[in-house]
Amino acid sequence: MDKSIVIEPGNEAANYWKDIWHFRSLFYFLAWRDVLVRYKQTTIGIAWSIVRPLLTMLVMAGIGWIFNAPIPNGIPRLLWVCAATLPWQFFSSAFSESSGSLVANANLLTKVYFPRMIVPISSVIVCVFDFLISVSIMLVAMWYYQYMPALQIVWLPFFMVLLFIIALGSGLFIAALNVKYRDFRYVIPFIVQFGLYVSPISFSSTDVLQHAGIPSYIKLLYMLNPVVGVIDGFRWCIFGNISIQWTSVIISVICAFGILMLGIFNFRRMEKSFADVI
Amino acid sequence: MQPVIEVENISKQYLIRHEKGLPYQALRDVLVRNAKQILKPGKPKTIESFWALSDVSFQINSGDRVGIIGRNGAGKSTLLKVLSRIVTPTKGRITLRGRIASLLEVGTGFHPELTGRENIFLNGAILGMHKAEIKSKFDEIVAFSEVEKFLDTPVKRYSSGMYVRLAFAVAAHLEPEILIVDEVLAVGDAEFQKKCIGKMKDVSGSGRTILFVSHNLPSLSSLCNKGMVLHKGTVNLPLSPIQDAISHYTKITQHLAQSVISQRTDRQGEGGIRFTAFNLLNAQMQPIDIAVCGQTVIFKLDYCCNKFEAKQIAAAIGIYGLDGQLFTVFANEYAQGNFATAPNSGSMYCTIEKFPLTSGKYALNLIVYCNGIMHDWVQQAAMIEVDDGDFYGTGKTVASTHRSILVAQKWKME
Repeated sequence: MDKSIVIEPGNEAANYWKDIWHFRSLFYFLAWRDVLVRYKQTTIGIAWSIVRPLLTMLVMAGIGWIFNAPIPNGIPRLLWVCAATLPWQFFSSAFSESSGSLVANANLLTKVYFPRMIVPISSVIVCVFDFLISVSIMLVAMWYYQYMPALQIVWLPFFMVLLFIIALGSGLFIAALNVKYRDFRYVIPFIVQFGLYVSPISFSSTDVLQHAGIPSYIKLLYMLNPVVGVIDGFRWCIFGNISIQWTSVIISVICAFGILMLGIFNFRRMEKSFADVI
Repeated sequence: MQPVIEVENISKQYLIRHEKGLPYQALRDVLVRNAKQILKPGKPKTIESFWALSDVSFQINSGDRVGIIGRNGAGKSTLLKVLSRIVTPTKGRITLRGRIASLLEVGTGFHPELTGRENIFLNGAILGMHKAEIKSKFDEIVAFSEVEKFLDTPVKRYSSGMYVRLAFAVAAHLEPEILIVDEVLAVGDAEFQKKCIGKMKDVSGSGRTILFVSHNLPSLSSLCNKGMVLHKGTVNLPLSPIQDAISHYTKITQHLAQSVISQRTDRQGEGGIRFTAFNLLNAQMQPIDIAVCGQTVIFKLDYCCNKFEAKQIAAAIGIYGLDGQLFTVFANEYAQGNFATAPNSGSMYCTIEKFPLTSGKYALNLIVYCNGIMHDWVQQAAMIEVDDGDFYGTGKTVASTHRSILVAQKWKME
C-alpha cells in the first residue's frame, strides 16, 4: 500500500473494488461474527437453522395437503414442498438480514473506513451457511423416501447462484435506502410474509400459470417475481422429469441481474452519505 | 521529500434539519416536504447549512507527531473523519501517502458476546489487518493487553478497564504509516495511558506519522512535537511547535469563555423574550471556566424582553454530549413550576448543588416558553467543560464509562 490515496468529493469511486479486495478478510470475519453470535445463549443453538425451515416446510406441506394441491409424477409431497422451502427460506432470511445490516452495524459505519458493501454481502454469506445446514433436511427426507435425484441436479449450483444474486441485489438496494428512510424496517417483514404466500411453495407455479381463471397479465406479473423461476428451477433439478416454464427461468435471470445492477448502483450512490445520516 | 499528508482547502458542509424531534428521516416526511414544495415553491426553511470545516489546508511530513487542538465544534473530529475516509469532504482535496489507520473509538466493532480472543481477530480485521497479520501478532497483542487469563471469556464480562486495554492493544499493533487517534486515551487508568503513549511514540520513532486529538494538554505535549489549532472550522494557528500551539489555544479559550448569545442569529421562536448571555458560576457567584463534578454550579442565563410582558415563563437548559446525545434537561417547569412573571431584563439562575456530570465537554441548548409559546431557542448556545470531582464525597472519581445522572436543582428569578 505504498500508493497515495486522494480524497476528493466525487472521487469516492476510485479504488473502490481494490479496497474491497484489500478488506477481503472482513467478509469472513463479519460473517464469522454473525454465525458465532447468532446462537450464543440459546439452548439448542445451531439446531435453529434446521428447526425454522423444517417447521415452515411442515406447515406449507400441510396447507398443500388440505387444499389438495396437485403434485406431478407421484413425488412425495414433503419432498416437493421441501425443495421450495429451502430456497425460499434462504431468500427471505438473506433479504431481511442484509436489508437491516447497515443500520445494525451503524457503530462501525461512523467510526472506521471500509467499503460499506462488505456489510450486507457478509450477512448474505451467513445465510448461505444456514442454507447449507438446512440442506440436510432435504437429504434426510430423500433418504426416508428412498428418492434418487435426477441427473439435472448438476444444474443446482446455477440456480443457487441465481438466488444468491437476487437476494444480494435486493438486499443491497433496501439496505442503502434503510439507512436514510427507516420505513423499510416495516416494509421488509411485509415483503417477506407476502412473498411466502405468493411464491410457489405449497403449490406449483404451473397451478398459477395454467389456471384458466387468471388473466395473462397477472401471470406475467407473477413470473416477474424472480424467486418463482428459481423455485421452479430447484424442483426441476431435483425431480427431473417435470414440466418447467423456461420463460419464468429466463425472466428470473434477467430480473436477477437487473436487481443486482440496480442494487449496486443505488448503494454506491447513497454510500457516501451513510456516515452523515445514519 | 513529499509530505505524507497534504490537505488542500478542505471544507465539509452539514445540513441541519430543525425538526429536532425526529431521530431519523422517514419517507413520509420527504414525501410531504416534496409535496409542500410543489404547492409552495421556495427553499424549505427547516434546513440550514453549517460548515464544520472551511478551507482547511496543511501539510504534514513523515515522522511528525501532530496534535490537533481546538474547542468543541472546532471541527477536529470532522477533520479526522474526513482524513479517515469515513465522511467525504464537500470541497477540497487530500492526498495521503501511505497506509492509514484511524482510531476514533476504542474497540470499534467489539462484540460483547464474543470472547477476547475472537474480538482480537474481529477488531483487527475491521481496522484493516489481514488474518495472517493478526495471527502473527496475536501473542504480542495479548501480552500488551494484560488480559491473558480472560482470553476465552466473553468481553461483556470484562471490566471496563480490561475492555479498553484489550481494544487498545489491538489498535496499537497496527502498523500504518499514518495513525489517526481521537481522544481514545481519555479512558483507561493512568498507568495504561502512559503505556499507550509510549507505544504510540515507538510507532512514530520508526518514521511514522501520528495525528492526535485530545483535550488532555499534558499528554499532547508529551506525545506530539507539533500542533495546530482549529477554531470554528478554520485553521486558527498553522502547524507550529507543540508548546506554541498549546499556549495559543489556552489564550483563545480564555477569550471565548464568555459566550455572546445576544449576537446569535441562528435562533428560533417568537422573540418576545430572548437570552443574551450565559455564564457558569460557582457557589460564591463568581464566574468559572470549568465546572467540577459534585460541586455547586450555577447556570446564569441573562435575558431581555422585547416590549413583551412575559408570563408563565418556562426555561430549560438541555445538556448534550458532543455526539449530540441528550444527557439531561434542567427545566424550572419540572423542578418547581413556571415563573409567573419576569422583569423587563435580568437573569435566571439555575443552581445545581451537586453537579452530576462527569468530566468532558458538553453543549447547551437554551429554550424559553411563555404561556406555552416558544420565544427563544438557541441550539449549542454554549459549551461547558467539566472536570472530575468527588461527587459522592467518597474520594472516588466515577469512570467516564459509568456516566449516570442524579440531579437536585433549585431555581430562582431576579
